[in-house]
Amino acid sequence: MRPENYQARSQPPSNEYELNFGPNHPGIEGNYAFKVKLNGDEVLEAHADAGYLHRGFEKLMEGRLWIQNIALVPRICVPDPVPMEVCYSLAIEEIGGLEAPERAQWIRVMQLEMSRLAAHLFAFGGHAATTGMYTPMFWGVADRDLVLDRFEELTGGRVYSIYNIPGGVRRDIPEGFLERLSGLLDYLESRLPDYDNLFFSNQVFVKRARDVGKMTQEQALKWGVTGPNLRATGLAFDVRRDDPYLVYDRIEFDIPTEPGGDALSRNLVRRAELKQSIHILRQVIDRLPSIEGPVRCPIPNPLAWNVPAGEAYTRVESSKGELAYYVVSTGGDKPYRVHVRGPSSMHAVQVLENLAVGSRLEDIAQIMFSLDACPPEVDR
Amino acid sequence: MSDIPYKDKGSILGPIKTLGFFARKAVTEKLEPRPAAGNYRGFHVNDWEVCIGCSTCQKVCDNAAITMVKIPSLPDDPVKGVRNERPAIDYGRCCWCGLCVDICPTSSLSLTTEYVHTCREDELDSYFILPDPKGIHDEHFPKGWAKTADADLVDLQRQPMEEMEPAERLKSFDEVVEGFTDQQAIIEASRCVQCGMCHDSCPTHMHAPEYIRAIWEGNTEGAVRQIYRSNPFSHVCGRVCTHRCETACSIGRRGEPVAIRWLKRYAMDSVSDLRIREIAAEGKVDYLSGKKVAIIGAGPAGLTAAFDLIKRGHEVTVYEALDKPGGMTRYGIPEYRLPYDRLDADVAVITSLGVKIQYNSRIGADISISELERNHDAVLVAIGLQKGRSTRIPGSDHKQVKKAVALLRKITQGKAFNVPHSAVVIGGGNVAMDIARSLARLQQEKYGEARITVTALEDFDHFLADPEEVKEAREEGIEILDSRGPKQCVINDNGQLTGLITLRVVSIFDEDGRFAPRYDDSDEQIHPADMVVEAIGQMTDISLFGDELTERLEWNRGRLRVDDNGRTSEPWLWSAGDMVSGPDVVHAVADGHRVAASIEQHLATP
Repeated sequence: MRPENYQARSQPPSNEYELNFGPNHPGIEGNYAFKVKLNGDEVLEAHADAGYLHRGFEKLMEGRLWIQNIALVPRICVPDPVPMEVCYSLAIEEIGGLEAPERAQWIRVMQLEMSRLAAHLFAFGGHAATTGMYTPMFWGVADRDLVLDRFEELTGGRVYSIYNIPGGVRRDIPEGFLERLSGLLDYLESRLPDYDNLFFSNQVFVKRARDVGKMTQEQALKWGVTGPNLRATGLAFDVRRDDPYLVYDRIEFDIPTEPGGDALSRNLVRRAELKQSIHILRQVIDRLPSIEGPVRCPIPNPLAWNVPAGEAYTRVESSKGELAYYVVSTGGDKPYRVHVRGPSSMHAVQVLENLAVGSRLEDIAQIMFSLDACPPEVDR
Repeated sequence: MSDIPYKDKGSILGPIKTLGFFARKAVTEKLEPRPAAGNYRGFHVNDWEVCIGCSTCQKVCDNAAITMVKIPSLPDDPVKGVRNERPAIDYGRCCWCGLCVDICPTSSLSLTTEYVHTCREDELDSYFILPDPKGIHDEHFPKGWAKTADADLVDLQRQPMEEMEPAERLKSFDEVVEGFTDQQAIIEASRCVQCGMCHDSCPTHMHAPEYIRAIWEGNTEGAVRQIYRSNPFSHVCGRVCTHRCETACSIGRRGEPVAIRWLKRYAMDSVSDLRIREIAAEGKVDYLSGKKVAIIGAGPAGLTAAFDLIKRGHEVTVYEALDKPGGMTRYGIPEYRLPYDRLDADVAVITSLGVKIQYNSRIGADISISELERNHDAVLVAIGLQKGRSTRIPGSDHKQVKKAVALLRKITQGKAFNVPHSAVVIGGGNVAMDIARSLARLQQEKYGEARITVTALEDFDHFLADPEEVKEAREEGIEILDSRGPKQCVINDNGQLTGLITLRVVSIFDEDGRFAPRYDDSDEQIHPADMVVEAIGQMTDISLFGDELTERLEWNRGRLRVDDNGRTSEPWLWSAGDMVSGPDVVHAVADGHRVAASIEQHLATP
């Protein structure tokens, strides 16, 4: 090499470096990664790196019969699968002019709230683990398992319930189910003070989470934030109340908010929603026995079911935020197009990329878990 | 703000509070394996006695996890709608959604509460499992997710078919059944699970799943195209077929079978005759083979063979003794079941392809069969069963004792005869119902009331006539008596017929299964009537063959002996239809196809 041809490569400052955070990292949810650029411990840039869990659900759905997709949709978001089934069913019901019987609508509300309980227990347990507190994680997962026991009894499956179909639900509730569910609610309610002592008012958590991943309400709205994350910026928006579906307009519940917009506020909103879900479930338990009738309206033979041409956009409030399905039918026996508007694709990509900048490396995991983002749903 | 009592500052007593947890039960503790919930979706079980191998589970499976596996030791009977195939599950693909259970037409398939399965080193394929009644580990685990009434994905209710009121029916020979509307047909077609049991059971293997699917898609022309693949007598079969397809239909295992016959009728009625002719002509070769075929008898068997042969370019001439085509479908089936214009439409499709029908040409009288042999490369005899059998009871030679087929022919031809004030029909088959209901209409017209009694040898549990025929006959006021055998016709001193005496039947067949009815002489009934009609079966008039040919041909208990392809012992002569294979339109059509293929093979051989 001739000396005149030698050029020094432009090197970044020696205190800056890039780090792959994930896809296999205990501080990240599922198969998901961040490429972060750091200055010491401070994050300068963060780039979401999704795709490790891409299964092509939306495309897969186009090749399957309308009813076959009910076995597919819960897999889009593993910790909170019920809203997927309900939202997909609601869309087909809207296009096809079907109406689920009232009993089925109450059963759907019951499942949705059970699913929210399970998901929130999972979420705070996960967050605790990112701050090094493992007992809340064990407690959260152990208590979620008790909710899954009730799912197993109701739907025949612990995680993927595959219980909702267009037109209603697949089976009536088993005998004595409501009593057992009521017992579970009593237990979970008695656990709330323990969770507070252990985690939500624990200084180890409060001081770690305060002002971490802070966003303003304005930013939240601009970035498409929904659900508990939006309510943690002080805005009381909830699809269940503001665009009621099923029988939510006949149920009384509060919409908890927190002003902070940080990781602490987001967890406190979820903690308050645990109580609200228990409150809603108690109302369902009171009302359901008095509502008689079928749990599904008549539907055509699934092998020869042409949903009329049309399109529908239906949305529900999942534990992570606003979940919506945009379904287009051209009158065939399969969907022409299904688009899933999942809350996590906003929270885990654009929100997290923005919030991570300026924070510290050890807080990335905390921010992600406080946003309760679900990578399977980001990738779909 | 939430109501959580979190504080900004911790308490110095905090660690002491945690001491309280020592006294409490642990939250996370080891669980012993427990039985799953009663509704659990675990491994499959399949009741092989109930399963019919229809493969509907395979069709609904969204992961293609189900493969139908042949089990040679199980019964395989297409007529009964049973296949010896059973679903095997690939648990590497199954997602336990249970759709297979909810759609199973027989409800043989269920899921169990068993959820543990580990593969050993020596059985690496043990995730591909054929569930039987014992389940995955031969342990009879309790059923989990099983079919319930509110979870059934199969529609068990048939679309109602509009029919004329019984009182209205008797006033004319107008068609009783209205036929489906567009909407009814599409809904009825949507009930089909495409199992193909109907196709297997049909004598002519009609492509019923395909045409039902086409009807469901609103493509009636496509349906007609599928229909013409195997049956050129579909206006007829859409009305009067014995519909073995519906007996075999898998939906019929628990509910009402898909109305396959009415759907065929709907498809045929919704497409114009002109368009049907165009569709039927598709696939006809555009050359002439130079071979000539003579067909004796313009019934379903003969004309089906003519349809097949003309499409292969052969010159086909049909010789018909009477002045109209159709054979027994015209002269045996009353118009209220099969309007003649629909039969004419079917025949017109066949003649439009170039088949020539020579009417009023009775072979043996007008033309000799040896003349046909000389002038043609092949001859097909399909003359049906046109002579009624007699009971030969005392008095059965009286002029007021009639044969049902002869009387039905007279009614069709519009020939005058003395309509009886009251009549007794001997026989319990569809012909007995046809003549009883036809006479009832004539009586209604002439006398304002119908008085007909049908006496059948069989009891109602073993009745030969279609249940719907019996039901409709009863609705029209016809008295039907089961287990009655004829003893003698009563003739008074003036030589007039006054009635029929019957005895109660004890048994119809002897120990060897031969027809030998035994009667209870103490249970005698007199049915007053001025006409007795015998409808106990038909036979062939073989006079057309002439003595010499009759001697040369081989016979089997009064019937012409033919091989599997309908060929007789004479190399130039084939036979098909009722005269060799029993009285039924769709069997005659199937026979026509079979014999046409054999003739085609013969003609193609140099």
